Order: sequence, then structure tokens, then C-alpha cells
Amino acid sequence: MRILNQVLAVTRLNILNLPKRIATSMVAIVGVAAVVLVFAAVLSMAKGFERTMTRAGATDTAIVIRSGSTSELASGLGNDQVLIVETAPGVLRDGGEAVVSAELYVLVDIRKKSNDSAANVPFRGVGSRAFDVRDSTALIEGRMFEPGKNELIVGRAAQSEFKGLELGAAIKFGRTEWNVVGVFAADGGVAESEIWTDVRVLQGAYRRGNSFQTVRVRLRDTGAIAGLKEALRNDPRLDVDVFSERQFYSTQAEGTSTFIRVLGYPVTILMAIGAVFGALNSMYSSVSARGKEIATLRALGFGPLPVLISTIFESTLLALAGGLLGGAIAFLAFNGLTVSTLSNASFSQVVFDFAVTGDLLLQGLVTALIIGLIGGLLPAIRAARLPVAQALREL
Amino acid sequence: MSEALAELRGVSRVYQKGKERVDVLHELDLDIPGGDFLAIMGPSGSGKTTLLNLLGGLDRPTNGTVTVGGAELSSMSNNQLSNWRATHVGFVFQFYNLLPVLTAQKNVELPLLLTNFNARERAERAAIALDIVGLSDRARHLPRELSGGQEQRVAIARAIVSDPTLLLCDEPTGDLDRGTADEILGLLQILNREHGKTIVMVTHDAQAAEFATRTLHVDKGQLESRAAA
Repeated sequence: MRILNQVLAVTRLNILNLPKRIATSMVAIVGVAAVVLVFAAVLSMAKGFERTMTRAGATDTAIVIRSGSTSELASGLGNDQVLIVETAPGVLRDGGEAVVSAELYVLVDIRKKSNDSAANVPFRGVGSRAFDVRDSTALIEGRMFEPGKNELIVGRAAQSEFKGLELGAAIKFGRTEWNVVGVFAADGGVAESEIWTDVRVLQGAYRRGNSFQTVRVRLRDTGAIAGLKEALRNDPRLDVDVFSERQFYSTQAEGTSTFIRVLGYPVTILMAIGAVFGALNSMYSSVSARGKEIATLRALGFGPLPVLISTIFESTLLALAGGLLGGAIAFLAFNGLTVSTLSNASFSQVVFDFAVTGDLLLQGLVTALIIGLIGGLLPAIRAARLPVAQALREL
Repeated sequence: MSEALAELRGVSRVYQKGKERVDVLHELDLDIPGGDFLAIMGPSGSGKTTLLNLLGGLDRPTNGTVTVGGAELSSMSNNQLSNWRATHVGFVFQFYNLLPVLTAQKNVELPLLLTNFNARERAERAAIALDIVGLSDRARHLPRELSGGQEQRVAIARAIVSDPTLLLCDEPTGDLDRGTADEILGLLQILNREHGKTIVMVTHDAQAAEFATRTLHVDKGQLESRAAA
């Protein structure tokens, strides 16, 4: 109890004295804020990218792709193979018809609104069941394209990120002109970065004959994927891999988000080391400015431990303030900020939002606390070991 | 006067300043009886404050022993010394050393945080101490709102609030005008005579020393005794 009283009293004094040391305290606060800001900003990119990629991923939808293909672009399936998939066990049927969408995937060049640079945008030919094999995907403006016509619908994110995709606009890819007739949303998922048209029209426009790249299959239930995999693997006419949609997209997200993390953590660590020095400087100044006070308290009988703890507490408090400041700025400035990047796996642009999530902010605050603890420790030891008689004489 | 409250036996204190060895106190013996009001005088650098710091457990002798109230300070750890100071000794400094962010009342309460008194008891005891030094009406004032004499009274209230047997005063009137200094010295006399406090006061001021019951002169680390005027 006495120790606690002492710690509280000395800490209270430190805090009451803070306004007198506002400049050096701000050095520590701003330093830590910068670390947390950069940490949260960089990693919120990875989080946002992952979230966009995996949000699209349902567990009761399967993607059938040519065996060994690492992306849709590298895959290829014939019409006969698509028919085999449609009749496979585990596929959901609606009025006797399989709920599947055989799809073709090409990349088109469209300029970004932000900097007018050319970007690879996924242009997907889909079947009539395209909306049925995807969760939370729906037209939000205009109408569906008509089969057989050069009409397309655009994802909401693609429309906001790329030029010339306004509803009613005509846009030319190669020699073909397309009319934008609708806009669809996919709950912020990766599909929103795409443009869709009738797969048969796309096959013709890009001279792909009767070939597809993937078949997206709605399963009877989540557990049905095992049966589907088994059936397709054992069919000698097929050489395909089957993934749940979630598994497929999280594998696709891995490369890019790992790259961002590999960039983010070392930058954070380097900046954190800098911030530790900022905190050290600030706390040494604090101990020096409070020398007379500390010596007086020690003369009155306050022990070295409360002085030590209260100094570390002050440093941690400053770091926490910095962490909250940095986290708040990161959240206000970056959370929900829409950008696009090239996905390593699909070679196409994925439009995503920075996601400054609660666990990122928590990690940022923990980083701040560690900086505060390390930055406060040495000055605290100096404060606790202050030679009282000498300090009283010098002051 | 009762038997010795504090005993110094063969006390030497040597400081090392770079390569130079400074003998501040040299084989000094001193008995301070309980209830004494001792003034210690001497030129600057003679070792007066060092002697005071040794008595208060703020410094340790290089050789010899310091015993106060039966406790041998030189054998105590830093933590033990802190605890001992909290209950056995009160300090009064030349520049008061009040904490500027705390009111007079809270400054006086500080040493009581080292006891088991609760907040109400601490406030009551601080109020009594402020009453003894005649500053009850200034309890809520910050140090910067007080005169030098009033600040020193608050410092004295802080020194006596946990009822220590020994008060150690380092030039308590060194920063005050004559009239205020005499008031402070009168207060110390009252604490000595009426409250039974043993007081050791370091001073340059011969007039201040006259308030004590006896005066010792320190010169070149040695003691020389003279009767008080």
C-alpha cells in the first residue's frame, strides 16, 4: 500500500509537471505517433488487400481450373470438360439445371482516373448464372447485359477507379466497342474490380473458340466439395484442380500481402528504434528537469523503486499518447481509402480499401508501449540511482 | 538533557573529485543528546552540510559509524535508509524544496504517503502541522503564491508532520531577510522547547546560531565546541 501510494504520488507529480516539459514530451509523442502511423498505414494495405480477396471467397462455391494453373489466366478448359463438371456430384441444381458459370478471363488496358496510367483490368466473360455462383453480388445500377450483344456491366470499384466506365458510356478494347449498361457490387470483394460480359460474346471478340478458363460451381453445401474433388480427379477425361473459392482467393492474396508485410515490418522496426531514442532523450530531459524534486522526495523517505516505476510510467504514458495519436491519424487518413494494385497472382488490378482494423491498432499500441518501456527504462534507472546528497547540493 | 540521540564515532568522509581526494570530514566524534538544538557553523566547504547529510542518512561515511536513535545508519541498505528517513528525520532546506505543483497542504502531506494513514488522517495531520507553523489559512495556496518565510514555514510543517525525533535544517534562514529569519528561528525554538524536537541546524549566520542551545564549529573536517551566547 505504501509503495503504491508512493508510486501514485510520484507519478501524479510527473504528470502535473508535464506542461513545463511540453517540448521534449512532444518529441517522444510525435516520434511514437509516426511509428504507429506508418505501421498502421502500411499494414492496413495488406489487411485491406487480403480482406478484398477473401471477402469474395465463399466455402460453398468451388472453382475448377486446369491442373497446375496458378491463376485463371494460365488455365484452359474445353466445352466438353465444362459439361462434365456440370453433371458432377455435389453441384447444386436448380430446376434440373446446374448452378455453374463457365468463364473466360482476359485483361484489357484501361487508364486509371488517379494518374492516367494504364492498368490491366480483368474482363470476364460469365454465364447466365454468374450472380448465382457468387455471394452478395448484385446489380446496383442499370441492367444486366443482354446475351449475344457487345454489352458489359462494370464492378463498382472498377468504375470509381478507372476511366470511361460510366453507365451508358461506350468503350473500345482492341477493335470492338462495348456499351456499359450496368454496375454491380460484390460487397467490396475482388469481383468489384472486374468488368463482365456474356462469355460467348467474349469468346468471339477474343477468338477463343469454345474455350473457357474456369468453371465456378455452386455446391449443394460446404461439405460437397470433397465429393466433387474426388469425382473430377477420378474422371480420366479431366485434368483439373478444384478449390473452394475462399481457398483460391486467399492463395492469390498471399503473395501481395506478404510482400507488403515484408516491407512494412522492417520499416516499422527501424522507425521504432528511432522513436526509442526520441523517448530516451525526452525522459533523460525529464529526469534532469525533475532532479531537485526527485532528490527532495528521496530525502523525505520516498524509495528508489517508486521513482523508477513512475518514470517508466511517464514514458509509457507519453508513448501511449503518441500511439493513440498515430493510430487516430492512420484511421482517419487511411481507413477506407481506395487504391488499386497489381495482384501478383492474376496480373490484374485489384481495387481495395486500406483497412485500419482494430487488431492493427492494438498491435500499434503494443508497439508504442514497448517503445515507451524501453525508452523509459534507462532514464528511470538514472532517476532511481540519483545520489541524493549530491543532487540536493547541486540544485 | 537526555542521553545521546545521535552518535558519530570516528567518522571520515572522503570524496573523489576526478583524481583529487578531498577529505571533507576527518575522524570526527560527536554526541547529540535528545532535545538538543545544535547549531553547526563553519566556513564554506568545511563539511557542515556533509555532517548533516550523514546524520540524515543521505550520505554514508567513508569510515566510522553514525548511530541515530539506536540505529546504525552506515549498515543500512538504501531502501532501509529511505524507510528510516521517512519516520525518524525531518529536513528543512535553504531553498525550501517545496514541490511547485502541489498546494501547501499537499506538500505537507507528502511524508505521510510513506505511512499507513488514510487520506482523511493525512489531511488532518497536515492541517495540524500547518496550524503549528501558523499557516492554516494558506493550506490551499501553491508555493508561488507564498512569501519566502511562508514557504519555509510550510517546509517546516512538512518536516514535522510525521512527528520525527530529529529535525535537520540546512541554512534554513539563508534565503530570508532578518525579520523573517528570526520568525523562523523562533518557530524552531518553539519546536525544540515545547515539542521536544532535537534540532541540528547548519548556518553561516552567527545571529541564527544564537537561537540554538549550543554551537559547534567545523573547520577543515574537525569539530570545535563553544558555548552558545
